[in-house]
Amino acid sequence: MSALLSATCAVPAAGAVLTAALPAGSSESRRRATKAVALGVSAVTLVLAAVVAARFEPHGDRYQLTESYSWIRSFGITFSLGVDGIGAVLALLTAVLVPMVMLASWHDADPGPAGPDGTFENRRRTQAFFALILAVEAMVIVSFYATDVFLFYVFFEAMLIPMYFLIGGFGDRAGGPESARQRSYAAVKFLLYNLLGGLVMLAAVIGLYVVAQDQGFGTFDLPTLASAVADGKLQLSGTAEKALFLGFFFAFAVKAPLWPLHTWLPNAMGEATAGTAVLITAVVDKVGTFAMLRFCLGLFPHASKTFAPAILVLALVGIVYGALLAVGQKDIKRLVAYASISHFGFIIMGIFALTSQGQSGATLYMVNHGLSTAAWMLVAGFLISRRGSRLIADYGGVQKVAPVLAGTFLIGSLATLSLPGLAPFVSEFLVLVGTFTRYPAIGIVATFGIVLAALYALLLYQRTMTGPVKDGVRTMPDLKARELAVVAPLVALTVLLGVYPKPLTDLVNPSVNATLSQVHETDPAPAHPVAATSGGEQK
Amino acid sequence: MNSLIPLLVAAPLAGAALLLLGGRALDRFGHWLATALAALSFGFGLALFSDLLGRDAEHRTVTKHLFSWIPVNGFQADFTFRLDQLSMTFVLLITGVGTLIHLYSVGYMAHDERRRRFFAYLNLFLAAMLLLVVADNYLLLYFGWEGVGLASYLLIGFWQHKPSAATAAKKAFIVNRVGDMGLSIAIMLMFAEFGSFAFGPILGSEGAAGGAHQASEGKLTAIGLMLLLAACGKSAQVPLQSWLGDAMEGPTPVSALIHAATMVTAGVYLITRSSAIFDLAPDAQTAVVVVGAVTLLFGAIVGCAKDDIKKALAGSTMSQIGYMVLAAGLGPIGYAFAIMHLVTHGFFKAGLFLGAGSVMHGMNDEVNMRHYGGLRKYMPVTFVTFGLGYLAIIGFPGLSGFFSKDKIIEAAFAKGGTEGWILGLCALVGAAVTAFYMTRVMVLTFFGEKRWQPDEEGNAPHPHESPKTMTVPMVLLAFGSVFAGGLFAFNDSFLKWLEPVTGHEEGNSPLAPLTVTLLTTACMLAGVALAYLVYGRSPVPVVPPVGSPLTRAARRDLLQDDFNHAVLVRPGSALTATLVYFDSRGLDGFVNGLAATIGGLSGRLRRVQNGFVRSYALSMFGGTLVLVATTLLMRSV
Amino acid sequence: MNPVNYLYLAALLFTIGAAGVLIRRNAIVLFMCVELMLNASNLALVTFSRLHGTLDGQIIAFFTMVVAAAEVVVGLAIIVSIFRTRHSASVDDSNLMKL
Repeated sequence: MSALLSATCAVPAAGAVLTAALPAGSSESRRRATKAVALGVSAVTLVLAAVVAARFEPHGDRYQLTESYSWIRSFGITFSLGVDGIGAVLALLTAVLVPMVMLASWHDADPGPAGPDGTFENRRRTQAFFALILAVEAMVIVSFYATDVFLFYVFFEAMLIPMYFLIGGFGDRAGGPESARQRSYAAVKFLLYNLLGGLVMLAAVIGLYVVAQDQGFGTFDLPTLASAVADGKLQLSGTAEKALFLGFFFAFAVKAPLWPLHTWLPNAMGEATAGTAVLITAVVDKVGTFAMLRFCLGLFPHASKTFAPAILVLALVGIVYGALLAVGQKDIKRLVAYASISHFGFIIMGIFALTSQGQSGATLYMVNHGLSTAAWMLVAGFLISRRGSRLIADYGGVQKVAPVLAGTFLIGSLATLSLPGLAPFVSEFLVLVGTFTRYPAIGIVATFGIVLAALYALLLYQRTMTGPVKDGVRTMPDLKARELAVVAPLVALTVLLGVYPKPLTDLVNPSVNATLSQVHETDPAPAHPVAATSGGEQK
Repeated sequence: MNSLIPLLVAAPLAGAALLLLGGRALDRFGHWLATALAALSFGFGLALFSDLLGRDAEHRTVTKHLFSWIPVNGFQADFTFRLDQLSMTFVLLITGVGTLIHLYSVGYMAHDERRRRFFAYLNLFLAAMLLLVVADNYLLLYFGWEGVGLASYLLIGFWQHKPSAATAAKKAFIVNRVGDMGLSIAIMLMFAEFGSFAFGPILGSEGAAGGAHQASEGKLTAIGLMLLLAACGKSAQVPLQSWLGDAMEGPTPVSALIHAATMVTAGVYLITRSSAIFDLAPDAQTAVVVVGAVTLLFGAIVGCAKDDIKKALAGSTMSQIGYMVLAAGLGPIGYAFAIMHLVTHGFFKAGLFLGAGSVMHGMNDEVNMRHYGGLRKYMPVTFVTFGLGYLAIIGFPGLSGFFSKDKIIEAAFAKGGTEGWILGLCALVGAAVTAFYMTRVMVLTFFGEKRWQPDEEGNAPHPHESPKTMTVPMVLLAFGSVFAGGLFAFNDSFLKWLEPVTGHEEGNSPLAPLTVTLLTTACMLAGVALAYLVYGRSPVPVVPPVGSPLTRAARRDLLQDDFNHAVLVRPGSALTATLVYFDSRGLDGFVNGLAATIGGLSGRLRRVQNGFVRSYALSMFGGTLVLVATTLLMRSV
Repeated sequence: MNPVNYLYLAALLFTIGAAGVLIRRNAIVLFMCVELMLNASNLALVTFSRLHGTLDGQIIAFFTMVVAAAEVVVGLAIIVSIFRTRHSASVDDSNLMKL
């Protein structure tokens, strides 16, 4: 039993404690030391997560590198970790994004200027900020690796705590006097929504245990439960299965977020710093969609099939609704948030289309949306920090004064609208095709999403970056080396995965096929199949 | 030899990457680097061409598998390239005209501080366009398809500081997206039907019938209509034509390369490439010819009313592509002629745009033809090359346009029946109108008295001939405009070259070919004569006259923007505003209302907490009593 | 004597105590009434112990006494300190603990 997975989880957790314990102080050198430690820890985590992904054998067992430690024995709860292709890829995404977020938020948590008596408002701000980010990272990675339902639940809920403080405690400079109030409203809203979802899930987790224990499966071990369900040894009655499914799904749908449970996201992403917003949408929310794939489909295959059409309709509404609202936003960060809601609609649609293209697409979508939204949002954050305003109307002609910033923002926008050649295209098209083969009408309506995406992304670009140079923009500096170091890898990855996504699909495909076989579902066969590859002979 | 195919795409792509990432160090020679890479790509194209020519006519399809792009179970999208006679024709056109326009841009953009970026985008365009035509499956074609859309977006909006340019770029991209939606739905339909979207298996190759033959006509019609939607977007056909006029905001070489010679013809390529599908779906074909016929008249009418030289030419482009789409919709009777007209049009329209650019270059970037006049003495080379392009486009006997357009009109009649008559007459009327508006452009620009106006800063124009880098491409394109048609028509060589890919049928024309030719020529001469009477005989007013309602509508692009605005934009923004309100008041309002209700209830409830110890004691006492009573009651029951 | 009589006495004492807590205002009297209720329950517990012939009731009574003693210490201290600051032993005067 190798301890690779627990090490990957433990490093950021220990790092969080260490960072929080570092000596406080207002001096620049102390702060820089704190940041360096946090960044170093996240880099080590990245290496470990990459090793996990590399060690994962796509055609081997479903869960690999498994570890299990006893925890609460009387309820059959264990601290067990294991990784499948989907979890490995998403944990790697998390580990990639966290250092980027840290670098991008380098000065976001610096204490403000000294007060009249020479003291600072909060001397531990920097330590707290970076420790909280590492805590979130640790909890998210545990969630991706957990193979015990209860263990997953605990960390799924626990990550709300650091996120609450990140949202409520650290805002961008753009806020006016109202901003502190707005921010605490957003943080409380975030917490309440997710807590509500979590409590419903807790009831379902307990319910699952009770039902399973009746039939001799007094355990929370996911592989055991899932295989028992698949073999028919563990049979849930129709009503019980539906109720439990809805309990789990509700929590994940709040987190994902699925229309109409989405309204916390624009507030949270709007008020938080750009880095925190990326953590929310690109990292934490992915746990929700990931859990749909792993828990809802694995544990409740029949209910998943029953509810799939209804969920697809909600996802479809989310795609169009999110995109339309993004078009109507006046605030850059809220626009990105609504765009994300639209994208989450695609992810959920891919999962519940129950085809291999849809689910592989959804998994890739999680990764690609993470990368592209991170690039888009972080550049938007750089822009906002320069001007001190989130309002689109305050910008104009930025490309004239800061061409590199505008260029990277354009690439982020193009990725968001799924331009072929950039990673999101691959996943979006797979989701559309996967949905279309089973539900043609839904697939066609969802295609409207790509037109609307072009509308909001390019409208934002046009209003902020082109045209005559606005007054507040005239002296705006271009991207600094640190900022470029954040954006360049993200852009490079987006391009690379757009042209050559095979390494990812190779990891993900076997896991997706395993998930589909759990649901007893196969891809719809084409009406008139032809040989898949070109018939033209090679000369 | 076929490993050259990826290099075809890679050369300009490398140029784009180098120029974009290379920084200011490349400012001095970047444009020459880009031009050299475009020429290199042309060189590869020629090498491949000679290789194809060396093969047996039936075995001229070459494929090259590079790597697996998106593999998910049954869904296999590969980076596979395919070169056959059809794509070869496009490769030569794209790289050939592309190289000339690179060369032209060296002079045209000499004074632009962002010239390096301009050339990077041009190279990017070449790479995407080449990918589009050498792709071996529809998804890879889609990659190139959107790639050229991106390049077009970047180049239309190249002068981003002008709000009109930025708006035009965005409009072009979004209207094209609507078309792209059609292409993606077509691909999804194909995947659901055939489990594949590669050309060979669906369309058949080298004599082997493809899967398209097995599918039902309804499915094929649906696929065909979706492909037509895509073609409408990219090729600016009705109803997705509105972006092309605005796209003239881009620098003139861009208008020449992208919005005249190459990218806008991608729709024709798509339809011709998918001939196996369209041939089996007559309803879809009818839709294609209707779109083509409507657009060819629409564009021609718009072209008559515009005073902006580039917009007049844009109307003409729309109209000429209408001819090609019409021909492609005729089926095997017309495919080869659609492509032939496409190639000759590539020469003369690029030449005309470059000429227009040269005129603007000499006239302080003035675009209003009413402010030109009498320029033939000042710009002799431009005048001659533009004039040759003009004669080619109106179909003057012996020049390129004559051969290709005449063939299309013949093919339209050869469709047979009432349909053939209607299409043929439309095409004839189009030919007359083409002659009219092109003569108008010619007369207003090069003849008559000077109507020059000082520009905004008060500088009077000093028209002069453009530098060699600009005139040489114009001369070369003029050669193409004059001789290409004759060369292609000689011994039906072009038809024979394409026939293995597109097939060919003669059709049954009710009119003899000679009759059609004479009719076409007569129509053309009538158009020229009419334009001369209107514009050549009397002085042209500098301020445009009010004009008839039709003229006024045509100046506003036949109200297309007003229509889109009323039907799509305004309801759309109303919907968005409503939804924003609904989201904050409706959904969020519901949740916030719930919170407020709970808060209010708690407020009521807290009154009970009045601070008096004895009332607390009383409530405890009462509570205990209730508990005891309940327990007793329950036990007794 | 019939041990049930002790129960009647306990009930009477408890009622007196409860009524005193609810009616009187003086903190000391209130306090005494609470003690009265505690002792009433002690009496009842001891009686039950006798009735059932087990020691459980007596043991609980001891616990109650200990708790009562502790409560007296804390309670009286609070009352004294309140009296010192407010110069009043009326419980109605200390009503600051409200929302």
